[in-house]
Amino acid sequence: MSTPEAQPMLWRDGRFVEDDWRFADDSTPLPDGGKLAVSKVRFLADRSTLITRSDGIAIALASGEALGEIENDLERLEMIALHFPRYADGRNYSTARILRDRLRFNGEIRARGDVLRDQITFMIRAGFSAFEVSHPGTQVALRDGRIGSIRHHYQPSSIDGGFEASGYVWRRLSNRA
Amino acid sequence: MYRYDEFDSAFVLERVAEFRDQVARRLNGELTEDQFKPLRLMNGVYLQLHAYMLRVAIPYGVLSSRQLRKLAYIARRYDRDYGHFTTRQNIQFNWIKLAEMPDILAELAEVEMHAIQTSGNCIRNVTADHFAGAAADEVIDPRPYAEILRQWSSLHPEFTFLPRKFKIAVTGSPHDRAAIQVHDIGLEAKRDSAGRVRFAVWVGGGQGRTPMIAKKIRDDLPESELLAYCEAILRVYNLEGRRDNKYKARIKILVHEKGLDDLADDVELEFASIRGKSLDLPAAEIAKIEAYFAPPPFDELPASSAIYDVAVRTDPEFAAFARQNLAPHKINGYSIVTISLKPIGAPPGDATSAQMEAIADIAARYSFDEIRVTHEQNLVLPHVRLDDLPVVYAMLASTGLATPNAGLVTDIIACPGLDYCSLANARSIPVAQRISERFADSSRQSDIGELKIKISGCINACGHHHVGHIGILGVDRKGEEFYQITLGGSADENCAIGEIVGPGFSADQIVDAIEQIVATYLELRDSPRERFIDVYRRVGVKPFQESLYVNA
Ligand code: SF4
Repeated sequence: MSTPEAQPMLWRDGRFVEDDWRFADDSTPLPDGGKLAVSKVRFLADRSTLITRSDGIAIALASGEALGEIENDLERLEMIALHFPRYADGRNYSTARILRDRLRFNGEIRARGDVLRDQITFMIRAGFSAFEVSHPGTQVALRDGRIGSIRHHYQPSSIDGGFEASGYVWRRLSNRA
Repeated sequence: MYRYDEFDSAFVLERVAEFRDQVARRLNGELTEDQFKPLRLMNGVYLQLHAYMLRVAIPYGVLSSRQLRKLAYIARRYDRDYGHFTTRQNIQFNWIKLAEMPDILAELAEVEMHAIQTSGNCIRNVTADHFAGAAADEVIDPRPYAEILRQWSSLHPEFTFLPRKFKIAVTGSPHDRAAIQVHDIGLEAKRDSAGRVRFAVWVGGGQGRTPMIAKKIRDDLPESELLAYCEAILRVYNLEGRRDNKYKARIKILVHEKGLDDLADDVELEFASIRGKSLDLPAAEIAKIEAYFAPPPFDELPASSAIYDVAVRTDPEFAAFARQNLAPHKINGYSIVTISLKPIGAPPGDATSAQMEAIADIAARYSFDEIRVTHEQNLVLPHVRLDDLPVVYAMLASTGLATPNAGLVTDIIACPGLDYCSLANARSIPVAQRISERFADSSRQSDIGELKIKISGCINACGHHHVGHIGILGVDRKGEEFYQITLGGSADENCAIGEIVGPGFSADQIVDAIEQIVATYLELRDSPRERFIDVYRRVGVKPFQESLYVNA
């Protein structure tokens, strides 16, 4: 994308917040404390030490990366970050839905990478709850409440809690984001 | 037919407002063409060779008079007074100003129409048998299921960024007029021995540069599980479909590379976690949708009509029309009328505003207000009384819409080709026009009998050449337009991909080559009842090759 990038900002629960997570790469030593997100590879390699940490752990997955090896550890995770290398790479919409619907993951699901205003409604419907946004126009749109102009949805989805049914079993009505 | 309720109307208006905002951002420079592209594509707006094109969704090809009049109005007010009906039962307007797009979408919303998902890597407009609810051989009306699928697939949050576009077609007849085996998902509704609705589910059909016939993945899917099962297929495809090469990104390639059995296992695994939950269709809700498609108030009529019989006996032109453009209706005393949009020498699938209005008037008066669009780029009046046929014929004839060629050699499908499309290698429309002129003689056409010619201007195969009895593909040979011929394709329940007959032909030679193929067929057939496709299946490609390349 040729989009100019601003400093990424984290949108969660309807506002921009300070990011309380650190993302560790695969080679540097793990920091002592604080909430920590690692790749799946790193998680599997350092699993025994990681699961003893008390400050919270998360896994960051690439687009379409399989959940198989971490399914049994989901309870230990506070957050899963799903990466969008390009907005048009939609694999992680399905991953988010599998996490919410099949695997009953209740923690934060965070979208990272190419996260744009016109996709955020879809992401929310698919179960994402936090967004790392680098795109300046999207940051402004979120701040101004100009996201989520579509409130009528033809699909049940992962976060039906806050959505009313409407007419047919497959329909849902959402409040403005 | 289906009518929007408040929910549908609100949804479409939200969408119009959203697109208006996006167009404004494009026009004031906030969005670059690059950033705008995915947004406009999600609303059916393409940038063609010369102008923006708008593709409007006609869900499963069903239109009311009011809707058709609106399309005519849009063509007159915003375009060059005509529209182009496509092989996906949609309509395209080729000369639209970007700044006027939001107004047009607002006009469409007034008649319960939109342009959502007529492009982009999402689930496209769901198509169905154009004779649905009318055909004598129909077992189940596919429209309620197509409508449920339409709703479920509209801005589906999980499936809007698929590896590639995704097409679903539904039929409810054993004779497949919806070409379900060349769709990503093809559904055949039928009844089991207990009379319950079941679906045969086909997956992985498609055309393009790697044509493939779909494989049957389920034969007995209960209707209540239709959405859950489709959602499972789409989820597996979304996660596993190839994204490294757009020519290998359709689900047909996944089916091919992974194998049907492995794919079916993965689908069943997802399905197990989805079924029996919120996507399960309660019988009462299916019935609610079905009620929209209740049969119109047909009269009780005798199976034959004296008025019709006299007209057939006394008016040879009407008789020719009746022979070719009528299909048997399920109700006594009624008939299905195909309105050919292939008059001799004209671009296939085009209709002027005046013609659309004339058809809307006829439908309002004589066909319970219904019109259908076929994937063969014709229109249909689904429910006309036999008694009314002579009048309807006369009205059609007076506006140039009574060409008696449905299913014949001049009923050609052609993609827009190099005249409009930026991907084209060669022109399609002029080739169709020249073939049409060559075979203009109506008695010659009817002697030749059923023969489906389909023309694509490049390997993307929008003109369905792979499944033409005679397929013509435009290729580029050193900067010159060339045409490759395939024979023996078929899009019905005996689905087949055509075989390449040999080296291509220049634009000058192509019409002669087609005429030679037809001549060979006429020599080979046992009787006039043996159709071109029957002969081809009996003798294969060889005799055609020999006669075509005899001097080569
Ligand atoms: S087949 Fe090729 S030339 Fe024809 S419309 Fe499709 S992309 Fe364009």
